[in-house]
Amino acid sequence: MCLGVPGKIVTITGVAPFCTAKVNFGGAVKSGISLLACPDAKEGDYCLTHAGSALSVIDEDCARETTELLREYSAL
Amino acid sequence: MKYVTEFRDREVAEGVIREIQKVVLEIKQNPKIHLPIRLMEICGGQTHSILQYGIHTALPKEVEFVHGPGCPVCVTPIETINLALELAKQPNVIFTSFGDMLRVPGSDENMFEAKAKGADIRWVYAPTEAVEIAKQNPDKEIIFFAIGFETTTWPITEALCVAERDSVKNFSILPTMVRVPPALEVILSDPECVIDGILAAGHVCTIMGTEEYEPLVEKYGVPIVVTGFQPVDILNGVLMCLKQIRDSRAEVENAYGWVAKGAGNTVAKALINKFFKVVDRKWRGIGVIPNSGFGLRDEYKHFDAEIKWKHINARKEPEPNKYCGLVLTGKIKPTECPFFRKECSQEHPIGALMVSSEGACAAYYLYNQGTDTDPPPLSPSYGAAKET
Amino acid sequence: MTYRLECPVTGYQDTDVVMLAHGSGGESMQKLIAEMYAKAFPYLQSEHDAALINTDRYQLAFTTDSFVAKPPFFPGGDIGSLAVHGTVNDLVMRGSLPHWISVSFILEEGFPMKDLERIVLSIAEASKKAIVRIVTGDTKVIERSHEIPEILINTSGIGAMRDWKVLPEPKNVSVGNKVIVSGDIGRHGMALMSVRNGLELDPPILSDSMPLNEMGRGLYYYNINPNCMRDATRGGVAAVLNEIARSAKLHIRIDEEKVPVADDVRGLAEILGYDPLVLANEGRFVLFVKDEEAEHALEILHKCEGGEHAAIIGEVVGKHEMGLVTAKTLLGSEKPIHMPTGEILPRIC
Repeated sequence: MCLGVPGKIVTITGVAPFCTAKVNFGGAVKSGISLLACPDAKEGDYCLTHAGSALSVIDEDCARETTELLREYSAL
Repeated sequence: MKYVTEFRDREVAEGVIREIQKVVLEIKQNPKIHLPIRLMEICGGQTHSILQYGIHTALPKEVEFVHGPGCPVCVTPIETINLALELAKQPNVIFTSFGDMLRVPGSDENMFEAKAKGADIRWVYAPTEAVEIAKQNPDKEIIFFAIGFETTTWPITEALCVAERDSVKNFSILPTMVRVPPALEVILSDPECVIDGILAAGHVCTIMGTEEYEPLVEKYGVPIVVTGFQPVDILNGVLMCLKQIRDSRAEVENAYGWVAKGAGNTVAKALINKFFKVVDRKWRGIGVIPNSGFGLRDEYKHFDAEIKWKHINARKEPEPNKYCGLVLTGKIKPTECPFFRKECSQEHPIGALMVSSEGACAAYYLYNQGTDTDPPPLSPSYGAAKET
Repeated sequence: MTYRLECPVTGYQDTDVVMLAHGSGGESMQKLIAEMYAKAFPYLQSEHDAALINTDRYQLAFTTDSFVAKPPFFPGGDIGSLAVHGTVNDLVMRGSLPHWISVSFILEEGFPMKDLERIVLSIAEASKKAIVRIVTGDTKVIERSHEIPEILINTSGIGAMRDWKVLPEPKNVSVGNKVIVSGDIGRHGMALMSVRNGLELDPPILSDSMPLNEMGRGLYYYNINPNCMRDATRGGVAAVLNEIARSAKLHIRIDEEKVPVADDVRGLAEILGYDPLVLANEGRFVLFVKDEEAEHALEILHKCEGGEHAAIIGEVVGKHEMGLVTAKTLLGSEKPIHMPTGEILPRIC
C-alpha cells in the first residue's frame, strides 16, 4: 500500500528530532513534512513522502543507475 | 516530477516490455516451467497502478497478475468498522480517519452516513493532524482510525510520538494495522497456491527492510522482488521476477533500491517497536493470522481507544462472504465471484474489495479487466432525465 | 435493508438521509435528479446547464445555481465572484449572451459585516467584467449554528439566446467531433481542498474561477458553431464527458497525456491520490466541435484570457448505446473513465 510521492526538500525548520521540511512536489510546495524518520536529510535532498512524513531519502545515484539500465532496453 | 516522470516514460516502458517478451520466450523453452506464470503484487497502490496504466494488457499472455491482499481497507473486519462507527457516534468524540475508510460500509451504514446524521467525523491527510485537532479541542476526545500496513504504521507511530512529547491526554487510536509477511506466509503455504513470483510492496520495505522475506524465499522457493509503483518500476519488478523464474532461482531482489534499502528505516523501526508489539490480527475474508498485526504495548495502552471505550459493544459478524477471501488470496479473480457486477458494484458495494479504490474488485470494475470496452451496466434504477 | 443469507453484509440500496454525495455532481446527484426531481417537475430541463424559454419574440436561457464554498475567501477568488461566474458560465454554455442576474444571500447571524461588504463588492466587480447586471435579489438571516458563521449564495440568470445554426447541445454532438478543454484543469478543486484541509501550499494554488463570456463571444463571432459546450464544475471533466456520452449515446475517447494540468495542481493531486479529471473547475469548459473547426477554435481560445493552455484532448469515435468514455493509457491500451461516484476522496493507498 501506500501512496508515496517523491519531493525535493526546500527548507528544514524545527528542532531535532522533530524537524519538518518544506517540500516541493513537482510544483506543489507543501510545508510541515515530518523528518522524524529521516534525521540525516538535508536541504536539496529528495525524499519519499507518505501521509505527511518522509520515509527515506532518495539515493540519487541508485536512481540514475536504474534509469540508465532501463533506458538501455529501449535502445535495443 | 522528478523520480516520477522517468518511471512513467513511454519509451522506457516499451523497452522493458520487449525485454520481458524475450525472457518469456526463453521460459517457454523450458517444459518444466508451468504456464501461465502468475505474479502476485501485494500492495493496493501497485494494483491501482497496474490497472490505471494498462500494464496487465501490455504483458505477454503467458504472464498474469494475481492481485494480493494489499489493501488495508479491504482487510479490515466488519466488526472493526462497526466499532469505529459506534465510537464515532459517542458524544464528545471527534473521529478522524484517512479518506479511504469513509465509504466502507459497516453492517448498517458507512462513515459518510453517520456524519450526515450528526457524528463529528473528519478526514485527515496525516495522523499528526489528528493530534493537532486534539490539542485544539481539549474538552473532546479525538480518536484516529489507525488502518494500514507497515508503511502507514510509521506516520501513526509519529502521531503517538508527538502526543507523548506534548502530553496530549485526549488522543487515542483504534489500532488495526497489519503486516505483510504473515499474510504472504498464509498464501504461500496453501497447498493450492499457484503463485510463481511476488512483487513485494516497495514502501512497506522502505520502512521494514527485506529481512522478513528471506525465510519465505527459502521455505517456499518463490522469488520475491521489492517493487515500486510507477509503470516502469512495476515492469522492472516483473522482469526481474521472470528472470529468476527462467534461471530457477528464488531470491529476494530489490528493484526499488533508490527508495527502499535492505535494512529498512532503522529510526522508524525502533520507534514503531517502542510503541507497538506484534499481535494476532483478524483479516476480513481470511480469518485470524497469527502475528500479523501491530497492537499497543502495555505501557502505551492509554492511547488505545478500544480500551478507553471498552464498554462499547459493536456488532460482530460471522465470517463474511467467502468469495471476498478467495479473491483476497488470489484464488479466484473478481470476475469469478457470483456477486461481481451484479449485486456488488461500485455504486452498491457489498464487499470491502469493491469499496476501496485499491480493492481488486474495484480495480477490475473500474478498469474493466475481463471484458472488452463495454462499460459496466448502469445500476437498475438509473434513468436519464427526460427533456420536454 | 436487505439481508443476504450467504453474505451477512447488508446490500442497502438507498440512503434515508441526504448525503454530501448528492451535491457532488456525480452518480448520486444524477440519480436524485432522475428519480425525484424529474418525476415531480415534468417541465424540468435537467439535461442542460440552463433551460430554454420561448416567448413570442425571444428565446431566452434561464439558469440558477447555489454556492456553498467554504471558506468564503480562497486563493484566486471568493464566494461572491464564484456566484457570478457560475451562473454567467451556465448561460454561456447554453449558447446565450448573459444579461441579468439575481443574487440571494442566506447569512448566519454573526457573519462579519465587513466580509459581507467584501463579497458584495466582489460580486459587483465580477458582474462588471462579465458584462451582466444584478437586477434583483434577496437577503435572509438564519440563526447561528456554526462556530464560524456561514454564507450561502444563490444566483439566477437570464441570457438572450444567440442564433446558432445548430444549437450547442448534447444531441447535436456527432461522431468525428473533436473534444477540446479550454484550459488547464483541476485548479479550483485543489485550491479549495488545500485551503480547507490545512494543506497550504506556498505559493498557494489559485482557483481558476472566471467568466467564460469572452470565449463564448469569440467562438460565436468567428463563426465557430460548437456542437456542445459544458463547464466542468463538480465532478470535473470526467463528469461532463460522461453526461454528454450518456445523453447523446456516444463513445468518446481521450488521450490522458493531452489533458493540460498545471504542475502544482498535478503535484498536490499526486500527494492526495486524485485523478485531475474528476477535480472541480470554475472557469474551464469542455467543447465539442466539428473536426474541421477544431484548430480554429483552439486558436480563438488561446487568445482569450485563461485559454492559454486550451487543448484538443480527444474525439467522438463512435456510437454507444449506454454512453462510454475511454482514455488511451501510457502503454497504449484503453481504459474506461467513469462518472465519478459521489464524494471524491483522497487516497492513502
